[in-house]
Amino acid sequence: MKISFPHMGYSYIAFKWLVENLGHECIVPPEPSKRTLDLGVRYSPEFACIPFKILTGTYLEVAEQGAELIITSGGMGPSRAAYYWVMHQYLLDDLGKDVEVMAFEPPLCDVKDFWKKLRRLRKTGGLSVKEFIQALKVAWTKINALDDVEILSHQVRPLEIKRGETTRHLWKALDYIDQANTIPEIIDAREEGIKLLQSTEMDMSRNPLKVGIIGEIYVVLEPAANHYLQIMLGEMGVETDRSIYLTSYTRKNTIVNLEGDIFSMAQPYLNEAPIGGHGVNSIGETVLYAQNGFDGVVQLAPFACIPEIVAKSIVPSVSRDFDIPVLTLFIDEQTGKAGIQTRLEAFIDLLERKREQKERKKIERLVI
Amino acid sequence: MKSGYLGVDVGSVSTNIVVIDEQGELLVGKYLRTNGKPIQTVQEGLHTIGEEIAPDIEIKGAGTTGSARYLTSMIIGADIVKNEITAHAIAASRAVEGVQTIVEIGGQDSKIIILRDGVVTDFAMNTVCAAGTGSFLDQQAARLCIPIEQFGDYALRAKNPVRIAGRCAVFAESDMVHKQQLGYNTEDIVAGLCEALIRNYMNNVGKGKDIKPPVLFQGGVAANKGLVKALNQELGYEVIIPPQFGVMGAIGVALLAQEKVRRKGYTDFKGFNIQEIQFKTTSFECKGCANACEVVQFYENKNLIARWGDRCGKWEMEAM
Repeated sequence: MKISFPHMGYSYIAFKWLVENLGHECIVPPEPSKRTLDLGVRYSPEFACIPFKILTGTYLEVAEQGAELIITSGGMGPSRAAYYWVMHQYLLDDLGKDVEVMAFEPPLCDVKDFWKKLRRLRKTGGLSVKEFIQALKVAWTKINALDDVEILSHQVRPLEIKRGETTRHLWKALDYIDQANTIPEIIDAREEGIKLLQSTEMDMSRNPLKVGIIGEIYVVLEPAANHYLQIMLGEMGVETDRSIYLTSYTRKNTIVNLEGDIFSMAQPYLNEAPIGGHGVNSIGETVLYAQNGFDGVVQLAPFACIPEIVAKSIVPSVSRDFDIPVLTLFIDEQTGKAGIQTRLEAFIDLLERKREQKERKKIERLVI
Repeated sequence: MKSGYLGVDVGSVSTNIVVIDEQGELLVGKYLRTNGKPIQTVQEGLHTIGEEIAPDIEIKGAGTTGSARYLTSMIIGADIVKNEITAHAIAASRAVEGVQTIVEIGGQDSKIIILRDGVVTDFAMNTVCAAGTGSFLDQQAARLCIPIEQFGDYALRAKNPVRIAGRCAVFAESDMVHKQQLGYNTEDIVAGLCEALIRNYMNNVGKGKDIKPPVLFQGGVAANKGLVKALNQELGYEVIIPPQFGVMGAIGVALLAQEKVRRKGYTDFKGFNIQEIQFKTTSFECKGCANACEVVQFYENKNLIARWGDRCGKWEMEAM
């Protein structure tokens, strides 16, 4: 089968390998571009949010290239995103595209459905259970390696002396991982990539501001959807940590992981009813970033995204209680990045002044 | 010879140019329409300002702000480039000591800035909709055949402001048309529009912000008495309108230029006579990789002085 999937950051490198090694052909989704957006806006309902529109565009692009099956994620809880795959299926059918959309729901929701879908992918690819599990393991190692080099790049970039060097090194590192086919090869490629990133010419005397990125999963994960926010901030000299990595729940070197229970963190602020999507996460993560000494938080929300709108109205009280500034950016069709840049520059000015003030107070206290 | 500092604020609708003295007092200020031609407007504006100020004033530093701040900085040779929010905050805290809130409504955006102890602690800008900004008011004034300068007077004459939906520019307009067709007089509609815009501002930009007096109202729209009245009503106390409300961003960046030059020791300012120079931008698509970045090149006469737009940084050149 010709299989494709949504483009989310650099994860396509691992998914491409997985699809190919499950005995299928992979149609690699292109990075969302102006054309993706044009297609998406043209064929999506006007009121749908930007992730929906970008995905529509992506699906139409991969359908053009002959994709027969698109694998995506479902979801649970009160966010309309959980139902998007159904909408997309109708939409593609209406447009006469012969593509099936298959969504993996969280396994805890419906274990049977989850296994059934996995089994179908395995059978049609002609793999034994053992081979199938092995392929999943390799792909998982790959995703981890991709996240590792990306995380490192966000720490290196604010220190770089020549603009763009980190980005060029990251691209090369991703390429190494792309070329690796076995677990040992991936481990080597990861090492090589990390070494390359560490060889970036850096000014270690800088003490970059630290900003956490929270919000709706698609606009957080896909740089093309958020104006390459993390790269932009990095080049302004800010270190960023993102609340969502595909592997973040299993790792310890990110702020948001299994150890920090974001739901209990968020609970004091929304005891009455839960909100869906990543709304609860946005609140809990703001608390976590504050507790981990971050200077500020940027919340990314697709325009008209209900969970993030609810979170946005709760965030000011979290911000007050934990003394951490939060900037909410709404993402929509606009491709001009001037508005985002102005807000980010002002936010950084604010964070710098705040840090200076804190330092001054610390010194005063020492003198006394 | 007296020293002066130049501040240029190039926004979507207006271009403001000011010169302040060593004490931060305004020597001369100019409010021009950008008309979609920032380069030309700046060149001509600088030339007239240069003719106006006494020859015994020497420009010791220059700064730019507004949405065209980077482009403008290359044209004039700025010592500092700063975003509008910081620039407005600097000017406001100089104008009124202890200011805690700034309401700024400009041509295409509106913002709120919260300060405590002279430091910005929070801010917001309008997001997607242009309702409540200067351009929208301009448009509606034109539609009602009222000169924009008299818009406020009309609002003040109203006896019973009508209720108008202020959430979205399109809704507001259709609501206004509807009320007109019902026979309401223009004054009441204009006043209703002012109230709707302020309501929208408070619910959108001001939402969740800790608004405390003293509140400064600045930006071109502060000239509109109808909006000032509506804002006072909404807040329950009087806002302060600084004398230079229309050019606060430019003043702020001039103050920042003064500070910068004090540390730097010299200025990059090219002088007032730049209207003869040809500035030109061209662009090309880089074929280096799949990203196909559009690289913009900026020329001063025949010299390439800057390039931007490339993600990997290989084409970039810093402005000299």
